[in-house]
Amino acid sequence: MGLIRRHPALVPLLLLGPGLAWLASFYLAPNIQMFASSFWSGTLESGFSFSLANWVNYPNALDTYQEQYVRSIQYGFAATLLCFAIAFPLAYFIAFRAGRARSILLFLVVAPFFTSYLLRTIGWRTILGDDSIILGPLKSIGLIDPSARFLDTPFSVIAGIAYNFVPFMILPIYVSLEKIDRRLLEAAQDLYASSWGAFRRITLPLAVPGIFAGSLLTFIPAIGDFINAELLGNPGTTMIGNVIQRQFLVVRDYPTAAALSFMLMLLILAGVALYGRLLGTEELTSKAI
Amino acid sequence: MRVLQRLGGLIASRFLVIYASLALLYLMLPIITIALFSFNDPVGRSNYSWSSFTFDNWLTLFRDPTLVKAVGASLRIALVSTIIATTIGTLMAMALVRYRFRFRKAIDLFVFLPLATPEIVLGASLLTLFVTLQIPLGELTLILAHVMFNVSYVVVTMKARLSGFDMRLEEAAADLGATPWQTFWKVTFPLILPGIAASAVLAFGLSLDDFVITRFNAGQVQTFPVYIYLKVQKGIPPQVNAFATLFFVATVSLVAIGALLQRRRANLKP
Repeated sequence: MGLIRRHPALVPLLLLGPGLAWLASFYLAPNIQMFASSFWSGTLESGFSFSLANWVNYPNALDTYQEQYVRSIQYGFAATLLCFAIAFPLAYFIAFRAGRARSILLFLVVAPFFTSYLLRTIGWRTILGDDSIILGPLKSIGLIDPSARFLDTPFSVIAGIAYNFVPFMILPIYVSLEKIDRRLLEAAQDLYASSWGAFRRITLPLAVPGIFAGSLLTFIPAIGDFINAELLGNPGTTMIGNVIQRQFLVVRDYPTAAALSFMLMLLILAGVALYGRLLGTEELTSKAI
Repeated sequence: MRVLQRLGGLIASRFLVIYASLALLYLMLPIITIALFSFNDPVGRSNYSWSSFTFDNWLTLFRDPTLVKAVGASLRIALVSTIIATTIGTLMAMALVRYRFRFRKAIDLFVFLPLATPEIVLGASLLTLFVTLQIPLGELTLILAHVMFNVSYVVVTMKARLSGFDMRLEEAAADLGATPWQTFWKVTFPLILPGIAASAVLAFGLSLDDFVITRFNAGQVQTFPVYIYLKVQKGIPPQVNAFATLFFVATVSLVAIGALLQRRRANLKP
């Protein structure tokens, strides 16, 4: 206590200490280790050796798995767009029209997080199955072509990813919409703006930070995901996450796996940096939840 | 013209209501399916298509010892990692919100980074560290990993809660002769307790549900999600749906009770 009283500047340091130590040991150190591992050669049995000459791991890995990177980015984009299409009207409704039901609706939005991610994804297998409770009747009344398949296609993978991460899109958009000063909209109305005009020139521009934050928070987990591709896809829908998972846990080719993970990380850091340039990091770190 | 505009507005608002309801239904659909299929009596091993209604799965909840062990491991890891992460995360958030010091912005960004890192990279990099240091994989490595990703979530949640804190309350306590220690426990702590509870519930849920990072660092340990994953090929027993429904109802009730208590407290204030 005495020491603290004499040096009040120590207080924040002491408060930060345990958390920073934990993150340094189990976030920063592992990432540095992984970067080092990407310059390894050898196998788990014979032991690994480090050499800068092993930088070829990168072009080799990229060459072999280019297809999966491209597919991950495509699926990530598609899922993010789908999330936006679902999230924006819902967030708008909750922010402007829901009244007293607002907190209950917000709660429903995060409720999926309270059940198992794997089971939710498997739940879609049940829902999208060829003769499922929902598709079966739709097919028998002729609304859907009876031979149509949804499961084990790129569609089901993208839809699954979008489903799992859509709350990350809804919440930031809701926060930015909710903050809008309603008097601005009233002023627009007084000045004879149409409701579409007011939306386009006031609501939408003010929602941009939320849309950006939401897109990033959806896109990041989306391109790294492998559960949806594995449970809802086919061998032709493998993403980079599936490859990394397999290389680490089945093939145990750590150098290639580390190089693949590091490149994925770089891709995302580039995205975050771009975001920071455009809108500032404070906006993002305070919007995450 | 005006009539047309009115009509347009009416259609737009109707459309919005329908769209929002459909979106909410979409969000709830898999959860309803999971709960519904906990009452299914599946023909064969896979529980994908509906056959007939039964309470059996709920009555034989503890039948598979591996599943019970997995649920136990999940709850244990979630409890320990939540306590550690909530404690050190709350301290960090207090430092970040209330003090001005060098590198504050940099530290803020550093704490956020794990949230911006795909889970697969978090899990894989930890695995390379543990393998290199030859730390045996198991419950301990899982707790280390779960605390790591939970700390960032706790800090972000607590920062939002703390930034609305009225510092004059602490000044008043100090003016009335309270020591910093007394001020913390008698004034600050009770006021930030709802935030701490919310962070803890979030951390507990995230830990209980984590699959990707756990998969990489579990070794031979099976948690609830790992058990599910290993059963996908052979067919998931319907008891899993019952457990998942139970967890869902438990967390939802906890959150609802928390919200009600907070509302009651807010109403008591003059």
